[in-house]
Amino acid sequence: MVLAKVKLPGSPVHKEITADLQNNKAELNGQLISPDSVPFDTPVTGTVYGTLLNFQGALEKMKDQLNDPPYKGEPKAPILYIKPANTLAAYGSPVPLPENTEYLQAGACLGIVIGKNATRVSETEALEYVSGYTVVNDISIPHDSFFRPAIKEKCRDGFCPAGPWIVNAADAGDPGKLGIQVYVNGELRQENNTENLVRSVPRLIAEVTGFMTLRKGDVLLAGVPEDPPLVKAGDEVKIVIEKIGQLKNEIVLEKQYLEEVAK
Amino acid sequence: MKRARVVYGGTVHSASENDSNSLRLADGRTVSQEEVAWLPPVEPGTVFALGLNYADHAKELDFNAPAEPLVFLKGPNTFIGHRGETVRPSDVTYMHYECELAVIIGRQARNVSREDAYNYVAGYTVANDYALRDYLENYYRPNLRVKNRDTCTPIGPWFVDASDIEDPMKLGLRTYINGELVQEGNTKDMIFSIPYLIEYLSSFMTLNEGDIILTGTPKGSVDTKPGDQVITEVEGVGRLENKIISDEALRT
Repeated sequence: MVLAKVKLPGSPVHKEITADLQNNKAELNGQLISPDSVPFDTPVTGTVYGTLLNFQGALEKMKDQLNDPPYKGEPKAPILYIKPANTLAAYGSPVPLPENTEYLQAGACLGIVIGKNATRVSETEALEYVSGYTVVNDISIPHDSFFRPAIKEKCRDGFCPAGPWIVNAADAGDPGKLGIQVYVNGELRQENNTENLVRSVPRLIAEVTGFMTLRKGDVLLAGVPEDPPLVKAGDEVKIVIEKIGQLKNEIVLEKQYLEEVAK
Repeated sequence: MKRARVVYGGTVHSASENDSNSLRLADGRTVSQEEVAWLPPVEPGTVFALGLNYADHAKELDFNAPAEPLVFLKGPNTFIGHRGETVRPSDVTYMHYECELAVIIGRQARNVSREDAYNYVAGYTVANDYALRDYLENYYRPNLRVKNRDTCTPIGPWFVDASDIEDPMKLGLRTYINGELVQEGNTKDMIFSIPYLIEYLSSFMTLNEGDIILTGTPKGSVDTKPGDQVITEVEGVGRLENKIISDEALRT
């Protein structure tokens, strides 16, 4: 059991719970409830910042292209992008597959939740600014070029499921040793570990806050591991992060998504 | 009407322009424009910014005009109000202002046509979208280290009601450094117009009230140095003052 926070529908504040990660259940007022039966809201309240190419394997895959046009050099600083408010979605919410799109890419990310405003924070102090961690699915329409910001590919409604809860930093332990698994329709399709990050969680926080403030409630994504699974309409995607929890969402046709949202 | 958000007497007030020197606070008091601290006139939701949206500026940067809008996003950390201070890091050799018309979305917009687009605009303000060219890298370019630094997007002073601007696609833009005119353009020269941008963005995502579109800047990039006073002005919308300070001041 770990200490965690959820957002229940209709409440503006987080509710503290203890989570049973093994069984994917939260203990709330003495009752064990599953996010599969209770619709928790996404626990994310701030801005979500993603980090490109922060897994060694993902960077390695690009190695032959990095020195050629249009990139003309390996990245020197963290490459960030924003998942805006319209993309945020809860555990269990449908993810829309746009028309004329065959596949989406499931982006399994450790979400680092900022606990107090962090400006120019050193690597040694960085983890003091983390209140906890959550599971994020950074959905993208697959794109080969990283030259221009991928707004159309990454910023669509519902493209950032996050949850079901935020596990307290103290209970998560070392963020550099967390296993990540992605299951599609129950089949294991991707496996990695945060020990393979290019920039560790503390180093990433230090470098990012060197040029911009991360505010309380903001979520910094540690990065998407190499070979993210491609998923299609009807697929159920489950991302499991060790010591944090699991996040389940189903891919649906955009038309069906609009009907469900209308409900 | 021209409205502002200001700090006065230890709290945040909604205010409106009284005359060229004074403001009327929502509680009825009239105060001098010099006595208040100016905040961004709207709490920004999702903020979109356009790169290379004036053909002359694209040419100046050696780019062909894009076939599709080049859009990037900004986080809430980067915004400061009128008469604020923008930090220039000491290792930077080229930091330039960008005078831009900012469009404030007034209600939720999804799949809006060009013809309907202005019905979703609540108002306008002025932005100065500073770029620190030394930090440009060719990944998701322009990336957040260039465009989303703390203090590097002054915005304001006013939220001007949409109904007060007859034609937002025909407004003069001017930038002055220490009183000298260094940039001049007109919103009529945008490659992708305001209605086009609203149609484009809302075709694949939902825009919400409080979202802002910074529509890009014309040519005329000039380096700015600590101590410079930079004024970006959009005809009929406002005159946004900003001062550059060195990051030496942040070192203890």
